Amino acid sequence: MYEGAIQDLIDELGRLPGVGPKSAQRIAFYLLSADAADVKRLSTALDRVKELVRFCTTCFNVTESEQCRICRDPRRSDDVLCVVEESKDVVAIEKTGEFRGRYHVLGGAINPLEGIGPDNLRIRELMARLGTGTVRELILATDPTTEGEATATYLALLVKPMGITVTRLASGLPVGGDLEYADEITLGRAFEGRRRV
Amino acid sequence: MYVRSLDLVDFRSYPRAVVEFEPGPNVLVGPNGVGKTNLVEALGYVATLSSHRVATDAPLVRAGATTAVIRCAIVHDGRELMVELAIEPGKANKARLGRAPVTRARDVLGALRLVLFAPEDLSLVRGDPAERRRYLDELLVARQPRFAGVRADYDRVLKQRNALLRTAYLAGKVGAGSRDLSTLEVWDAHLVEHGAILLAARLELCAALAPHVAKAYDAVAAGGGGAAIGYRSALGDLPAGRDGLRDQLLAALRDARQAELDRGVTLVGPHRDDLGLTLGPLPVKGYASHGESWSFALALRLAAYDLLRADGIEPVLILDDVFAELDTGRRQRLADLVGGASQLLVTCAVDGDVPADLRGARFELGDGEVRRVH
Repeated sequence: MYEGAIQDLIDELGRLPGVGPKSAQRIAFYLLSADAADVKRLSTALDRVKELVRFCTTCFNVTESEQCRICRDPRRSDDVLCVVEESKDVVAIEKTGEFRGRYHVLGGAINPLEGIGPDNLRIRELMARLGTGTVRELILATDPTTEGEATATYLALLVKPMGITVTRLASGLPVGGDLEYADEITLGRAFEGRRRV
Repeated sequence: MYVRSLDLVDFRSYPRAVVEFEPGPNVLVGPNGVGKTNLVEALGYVATLSSHRVATDAPLVRAGATTAVIRCAIVHDGRELMVELAIEPGKANKARLGRAPVTRARDVLGALRLVLFAPEDLSLVRGDPAERRRYLDELLVARQPRFAGVRADYDRVLKQRNALLRTAYLAGKVGAGSRDLSTLEVWDAHLVEHGAILLAARLELCAALAPHVAKAYDAVAAGGGGAAIGYRSALGDLPAGRDGLRDQLLAALRDARQAELDRGVTLVGPHRDDLGLTLGPLPVKGYASHGESWSFALALRLAAYDLLRADGIEPVLILDDVFAELDTGRRQRLADLVGGASQLLVTCAVDGDVPADLRGARFELGDGEVRRVH
């Protein structure tokens, strides 16, 4: 145990995801020896992130204004809506350059073990968006985990009666990988989900 | 498939032990407590990444040492493969296949296929249904690794569904307004989907296994045979085929809805099933003698061995402390049954217990050493 401020810093750093006690200690001593201007920049960035960043009022992606960059973009199609769990999923899909529709960020997935039900996600807001009648296809891009799949099924049950096409991202073998390197579970699932060519 | 050599460092009682095995029968002889089962356990660990005797890894490391190492040369189809495992309790195991380190220790699963019968297996017959479900599921995964994923998916959905039921149950108990069950239908659908796949596979496995169990029991049991296995489901009679099972499972969930809400837990599904063991008209549990129970447990392992062999996998067979329990006639019948194994490892305390046809390579254990006798 160190005393005072340095131990406080180590404790705070140690609460961050992916940072263990050893790493927290290393980062704390790095900051102690670093240039005062560098540390100031970091602390300003930390302050600003809580002050400025908020959620887009339409899709709940992170943004600094009322609406996010994607929701403001007039060139994007309003026909297709892609549902994801987190903002970082938007970034991942944007990198593909394939999708030109709009997004909706749920803020997680249905997870009874952690006490997260539909009311804790932005599902009511999603239904309101769909209610306007502009969306023709809803793409469910939640994670291929037990919780992500359950969320997708839940949304599909809710949305299908509205006459909107509901699709789910495919899962299977990674592109560019050798078949022989795929683990047997992924390969087994790909076999189950094979399609006619 | 056979194990050519086993090299242990700081594993259980051995600071260092090197054993060169032969294809065919190998007999390990030594008085009680000398470390025969430790060798068997090390091989079992390479095959399953867990011990058949203890749930944690700490007892596997010799007192005073920090890491235990198991090195094992496995010959399959004329090719030799080296597997190395470093066991450090509290940390992830490190593994090598050939010379190359592998990122996940579980990548070595499948390198060594083995069927092990040990005295602990009596719990297959006497223990809870969970023991027999594990027996079925382990065999399922050995034949088709994909079922490790199916099983994991099913368990995860079950956990989530139980959490939902539990929350609703507690909310109902304190009268805290509405029970939020809007997602229960979703969890039902997923439970039924994974459950039907698992159930169909278990039923198919039971059907394939049954004749092998009857045959093995006839050989090792004194007097009457008539050993049978049957899948026992809370759902009653099960239809063949995945679609029928899905419908039946879903209907059973609907029927159990109120009881599940009252108790806050999932009451139907493959996690509540059992493998029924019978001798003639009577169930084994509660009716069979010690000898009959023990023979049945051995028959279950031998049947698993037979089935894997019929699939074209030639696993290594290990019989830990088996022959001492059998009379001369049954010893000979068991020897006839397993004599053709590509590799057989037998442990015994008394030399004369093992029939003459299984006199392959012989090893004597004592003073922390393993000596090849002939």
